Amino acid sequence: MSAIALGLDRTVLELKMYSREKEAVFFSFLFPILLLALFSVIFGSQFNGSDANGMTAGGYFLPGMLSAGVLLTSFQTMAMSVTAERDDGTLKRLRATPMPPVAYFLGKVGLVAIASTAQVALLLLVARVLFGVSLPSTADRWAVFAIVFALGVFGGTVLGIAYSSMATARTVGAVVIGPMLVLQFISGVYIAFDDVPPWLQQVASVFPLKWIAQGMRSVFYPSDLASAEMAGAWETGRTALVLLAWAVGGLVLCVLTFKWFKRGTT
Amino acid sequence: MADAITIRGLTKAYGGRPAVDGLDLDIRTGECFALLGPNGAGKTTTVEIAEGFRDRDAGDVRVLGTDPQGAGLAWRNRVGIVLQSTGGLDLLTPREALASTAKAYSHPRDVADVLASVGLDDKADTRIVGLSGGQRRRLDVALGIVGRPDLLFLDEPTTGFDPQARRDFWGLIRALAAEGTTILLTTHYLDEAENLADRVGVIAAGRLLAVDTPEALGGRSAEEATVSWEEDGIRRSLTTSTPTAEVARLAAGMSGGEVPALTVTRPSLEDTYLTMIAPHVGHDAHDAHDATEVPA
Repeated sequence: MSAIALGLDRTVLELKMYSREKEAVFFSFLFPILLLALFSVIFGSQFNGSDANGMTAGGYFLPGMLSAGVLLTSFQTMAMSVTAERDDGTLKRLRATPMPPVAYFLGKVGLVAIASTAQVALLLLVARVLFGVSLPSTADRWAVFAIVFALGVFGGTVLGIAYSSMATARTVGAVVIGPMLVLQFISGVYIAFDDVPPWLQQVASVFPLKWIAQGMRSVFYPSDLASAEMAGAWETGRTALVLLAWAVGGLVLCVLTFKWFKRGTT
Repeated sequence: MADAITIRGLTKAYGGRPAVDGLDLDIRTGECFALLGPNGAGKTTTVEIAEGFRDRDAGDVRVLGTDPQGAGLAWRNRVGIVLQSTGGLDLLTPREALASTAKAYSHPRDVADVLASVGLDDKADTRIVGLSGGQRRRLDVALGIVGRPDLLFLDEPTTGFDPQARRDFWGLIRALAAEGTTILLTTHYLDEAENLADRVGVIAAGRLLAVDTPEALGGRSAEEATVSWEEDGIRRSLTTSTPTAEVARLAAGMSGGEVPALTVTRPSLEDTYLTMIAPHVGHDAHDAHDATEVPA
């Protein structure tokens, strides 16, 4: 079979394993949707659609939850699963077969692409149907959404695979989830980005999550809220460039650092 | 036919300490060869170099005519490796795991046939997490043979098996050997080597101490036998190089010609093995990986 066909087969296998892992389904796939529901209920009375922009709590938190979803489903899923597979010998076993290595990575990319697309669709559906969030109606907004989403997911995937080399199965929980949580708070995912002190905003601007969140806000927020951003504008071009740089850098890092065997065994 | 594995002057050191130190080894095509040796002897290092998982420092290694260091996917297509333990498949079923693995090979065995041959047909669609230790081990072997390899590496395949499971497993390995698969087996069980192997090699301190058939290893077959029997309620024994004559002489002296509680024994493979490795145990070079092996 060709590498592409094997990659498709690996994608199906990865999807089976992912969907059977209840913890993964809950903490990465459904988590942003649950949080959106929770925030909408808790902060509902503070928004009420009555402020100048007519936003509801659901509409306010939707871009953040979309960003968290991208991060969890791509970066966190990859970092944790590849670490586990290196540790339990799955990678070594695959290396012992004539499977072309690229098929393994295609399987991972396929899994993340399908899981995050399904997650985003579900998030948008819940936001629209349950919380009455009005979704953008112009093609250019959806184009920005597609670019931010695709670059974010691809970057998260390769960076997650590269990051897995730093963790072992014993440490992976702390090494992945801790920094992720900090990053989500300082990148304006859970709290408004303009509540973050400027120096922390600068720190967050180094990492891709801040740009994903900003890109998502530019898609789903009214245009006059651009003034609340760091630069006072949505910076769509810069967002795309930063995310592209991270995606390319992540791919290079992934290729350079990837190891099939855990430390100390070869 | 050319040998399946040829190793000459193999050397590998970890942090300056030699794990394998000038090892020579030939494994013939179609034979089942058991590699024995204490933990830290260099067994795992040797096997992993032959599997293409480790690079060597010096020496020449040919496996199926190819240097495993940097060998490509065409070579992998002909080699089956049963690793010490397989995790990470818990959420799949044996059929799913095998079907996916089989797709990577050019002439795989039929998945249903493989499942039947390892006795997992009734567990084929059960999540692997629910299999017993022995069933998992058989799945590991199934994953190793589904690609129809010419050469199979088996690393301590029956550790933790109950006696019946081991017997069943040996039957499976014999069937593979009968089909012409070359098998390199590492094991801590001497009876396993005796039952399965055409030849055994003993490795210690990074060198091959002896290679022979299990029956003849270390001059076993030529050694003196111990004849033991009961006489007037007392256990008596003598060692002799002519046990048949001794037994005949004893029988002639007994009323009725029957010698009570008669046994004739030669040193077991285990006795021979332990004598052979004794000078090397306790102070040989431990390589980092072998030293972490769980003793069987």
